[in-house]
Parts: sequence; structure tokens; C-alpha cells
Amino acid sequence: MAVLTPRQRTGWATANFVVIALALIPVLWLVSLSFKTPGAVLDPSFWPAQWTWGNYSGILTSAQFLRPLVNSIGIGVIATLIAVTLASMAAYAIARLRFPGKSVLIGLALLIAMFPLIALVTPMFTIERYLGLFNTWFGLIIPYVAFGLPLGIYTLSAFFREIPWELEKAAKMDGATPFQAFTKVIAPLAAPGMVTTAILVFLACWNDFLLAISFTSTISSRTAPAAMEYFSGGSVFTVPTGPISAAAVVITIPIIIFVLFFQRRIVAGLTSGAVKG
Amino acid sequence: MSTTTPAVGTEATPAHAAKKRKPQLSEGARAERRLAFWLCAPAVLVMIAVTAYPLIYAIILSLERYNLELPAETKFIGLANYAAVLSSPFWWQSLEVTVIITVFSVSITLVLGMLLAEVLHRTVFFRGGVRTASLIPYGIVTVAASYGWQYAWTPSQGYLSAAFNNSAPLTSQAQAIAVIIVAEIWKTTPFMGLLLLAGLSLVPEDLQKAAKVDGATGWQRFTKITLPLMKPAILVALLFRALDSFRIFDNIFILTSGNNGTASVSTLGYDNLFNALNLGIGSTISILIFICVAIIAVVFILGFGTAAPGTDSEMR
Repeated sequence: MAVLTPRQRTGWATANFVVIALALIPVLWLVSLSFKTPGAVLDPSFWPAQWTWGNYSGILTSAQFLRPLVNSIGIGVIATLIAVTLASMAAYAIARLRFPGKSVLIGLALLIAMFPLIALVTPMFTIERYLGLFNTWFGLIIPYVAFGLPLGIYTLSAFFREIPWELEKAAKMDGATPFQAFTKVIAPLAAPGMVTTAILVFLACWNDFLLAISFTSTISSRTAPAAMEYFSGGSVFTVPTGPISAAAVVITIPIIIFVLFFQRRIVAGLTSGAVKG
Repeated sequence: MSTTTPAVGTEATPAHAAKKRKPQLSEGARAERRLAFWLCAPAVLVMIAVTAYPLIYAIILSLERYNLELPAETKFIGLANYAAVLSSPFWWQSLEVTVIITVFSVSITLVLGMLLAEVLHRTVFFRGGVRTASLIPYGIVTVAASYGWQYAWTPSQGYLSAAFNNSAPLTSQAQAIAVIIVAEIWKTTPFMGLLLLAGLSLVPEDLQKAAKVDGATGWQRFTKITLPLMKPAILVALLFRALDSFRIFDNIFILTSGNNGTASVSTLGYDNLFNALNLGIGSTISILIFICVAIIAVVFILGFGTAAPGTDSEMR
């Protein structure tokens, strides 16, 4: 790219500023709401006149939010671990082995990635009630794994294709056992892709709302996004704007951490599966 | 099996029989297939168990009268549920709302995503900051963002409502749909932008330079070089977004609960299941949504020649 003229420089700076502002203003609005006092809710100004931690101390001492937060983390982590394990097995086969039905498998994963979730809700609701999975962690983990798998298989097979597998052979020639070749050579190369995939799958579980409100009925398994609806205000006539906003900010924090630390990987992961050729 | 039949000739050894069944495969290739089978089996099993089986079950449910409040009256009624749904104005209105939201949000997202991709691709300074900021809408929990939009548009409470004369857009159909579309666009533009950015980086810089030397304007270079080269990436991104948008649920559920004629097909299906407890009608709506999604995918893949993601690089 050629050297920028001052005018171009200003142009790009403005463009950058617009993008950042558009992306962040709705988030900052939530942050601001979460710091407003209950009385200031009927004040449409963007920033609170008076800042308070009250909303945070309220939700962080209430089982109505803490338990769902624990559920969200637990369900998300377990579903992610299972999905990434199963997906990396399948992705290894896709990237490394020749076998019939490979395109069928990829087609199946694509089909499921496009599956309208609501079409699953009615029958799954009936099946889960029948199997006693309704309102349990596993009632959510199972569908989360199933819908994390296509994402995982796509992302991981794209990553696995980039690994220089000849290194494995070279290590074996140098006297490494197959196990050593795998743990010392291949696993470290595959780890970044697996971390990226795990982040993407976890974010998908963390974000889910439809399945979470459909397959849970109490805080014993309800996840955080689904729990916010059930918050109550100070009285029946008060809308719990402050607590809901504080909860929204709390469940956004892990996303901001992921984005800050792994933005390059997330971008690589998002685009690797989708855009090839 | 050759091992159990009396040996007629010396050729009838097990090895020979195996060779006959799969004549072109060596032992190594067969081991490879076996390994691949065992590696893929768990993933395939889970995916099929959670989607194919419920889908078949939904087809069965959709042919029954099945209301959780009246379980005794459950019986097979053929296509009556389909007739009921397809003759209901609620279905057609929600379908219309869903299509409007999909068309507007996806097309506007495409344009804005293209702009975002250009900014991320061309800008030389502060690239990391822009990327970090734009990843936040992608990552944020849809429901969390929806509450923000809802409060922002609530009269005498939200800054956006205050900026627009203390208006209450969420209480009128057209304005509420516009708010829903804006919320969708805000949330999904970064994903579109990143997909297009990946496509954009495949456009060779030399080609752009050559065209510039030949006197092509920026717009000409964009329409004559960038767009045609990016067509595959654009189509894939559009297909992804269209299917995703058609399933819209979270934003509508929080913003309007589907009131004032803003229900999408997904919120309609949800209401029939959890408020009316009508599994038969709910399943019928599920199947109809599934058919709509299949039609969208087929139109994109066959009509526009969208390469199904993954398959393209796989076949080479």
C-alpha cells in the first residue's frame, strides 16, 4: 500500500472511529444502565447522574443469578470439551485419512449447521421429558454438543490440513515412538486450532437462549441468558432494568476477555471453515 | 464364507476371498478406512441422534392431534394440522415478518459488512483496535444486547427513544420490525465483515494495481475486479446469514415477545408449544420452517451456484 496522503489518513481514522463507536455504544449503554440507581431508571440520559454498584451487589448475592451463572459455565465447559474431542477425531479423519463417505459426513455437518433450532425444540422437549433429561444439565449439554460439532469439525479440519504432518514421520525416523511423535510433535501443533475451536464452541453455548428457555424450568439448570427474564424488580411495578443490565454486562465480560486475548485466533477460526476457495 | 465351504481348489483361501470382495484395497487402506470409521462414528452418532431422530419424531407428531392439556384426545389426524396452520393468518403473517427481517437485515448487513471488510483490510493503523471492537457485537450474548436495545427504545427511559421525540417504536408493527432489523444488523455485521475480509484478502493486489495503472476508478476496480473474484465468498456469507436470520428468535422474544404482529415463524412455533402446549401444531410449524430453510439452501446452492462450504476445498 502506498504512503497515505494526510486526507486519506483522516479518512481512515474517521472510518475506524465510526466502526468502533457503532460497535461499542450499545454495549456502553448497557454498562451505564447497570450503574444507574433504581430511581434514575426513568432518566434517559446516556450516562448515570449518580453511579452505584447496587445492581451488581444485588445480582451477585442472589441465587437467581449465581446459580444460572454456574450452570452456564458448567454446561458450556462440559459441552465444549465433549464437542471438541469428538470433532477433533472426525476432523483428523477428514484431514488425514482417505475413506468413502467423507463428503457425506461434511454434508451432514453442513446440514446440521443450518438446522432451524426451533424445529428441534418441539420433539426434543417431548423426548427429554420422556427420558428424564428435561431441566437437567445433560438436557442442554447433549444438543449443545450436537450443534457444536459441525462448527468444530469445519474449523478443526481446516486447521488440521495446515499442520505439516511430515514432521511426524521425521520424528519417528529419529526414533520416537508413535505416542511420542504424537504428544511431542503433533499435539503442540494442533493445540492452537483446538483452543480456537473450543472458544467458538463455548461462545455458541454461552449465547444460546432458545434451547435454554425450552428445556429448563428452574434455576437448577437454567442458564444465565434464560434466567434474566425471571429477575424481579424492587416491587411488582418496577421493571428490573438495573439488575438485568448488570447481568447482561456480567455475561458479556468473558466474551470481552476472549476477544481481547484471542482476537487473531477467533478471526482465523471464524473464517477458516467458511471461506475456502 | 470360503473358509466354511469345502475347498474346491487351492485358491479358496481367506486371503483370496477378501481380495475378491475388495479387490483394489490394500491392507493399509482398509486399516485407514476402519480408523476413519471409528474416529467419525461418535460425532456422526451424536449429530444424528439429536437432529435426525427428533426430526422424524416431529413429522409423526405433526400428523397427530396432540395437546398436552388434553392428552386423552391424542390421535392420528393426517394432514389436518398442516391444513390448519397453512390456512391460519398467524402463520402467513409471521412468515411475512420473517422474510422481511431476513431480506432487509441480510442485504443491509452485506453492504455494511463489505464496508467493514474494506476498513479492516485497507486501514494501516489501529487495525487491532478496530477488529477487537467489531468482534464484541459478534460475541455478545444476543439476549444481553436485546435488553440494551429494548431499554434504549423505551420512552422516558432510553437514550434512543429520547433522541426520537420520546417515541415508543416497539409498540407499533412497522417501527418494531425496524428496531428488530437494526438489532440484527448490529449483531451480525461483524461476522459478515470477517467472512468478506477473508474473501477480500484472496483478491490479488497486483490486479488492483494493474487496473489502477490502466486508469480504472476505485468504483470500477471494485465492481469489475473485487466483486467478481469475491463472488464465492459473498454467496457463502449470504447463505449463512440468510439461514441464520430466518431462524430469528432471541431478538424478537426480548424486544416485543412477538406482540403487535412482530412474531417470526420461530417465535410462533415456540408460542404454540409453550403457551398453547399444542405439540401437534408446534411440530407442524417446525416441519414447515425446516422446509423453508431447505428451500433457501437449495435456491442458493443450485440457483446461485453457492459452493457448499467445505465441500469445495474437499473435492480438490
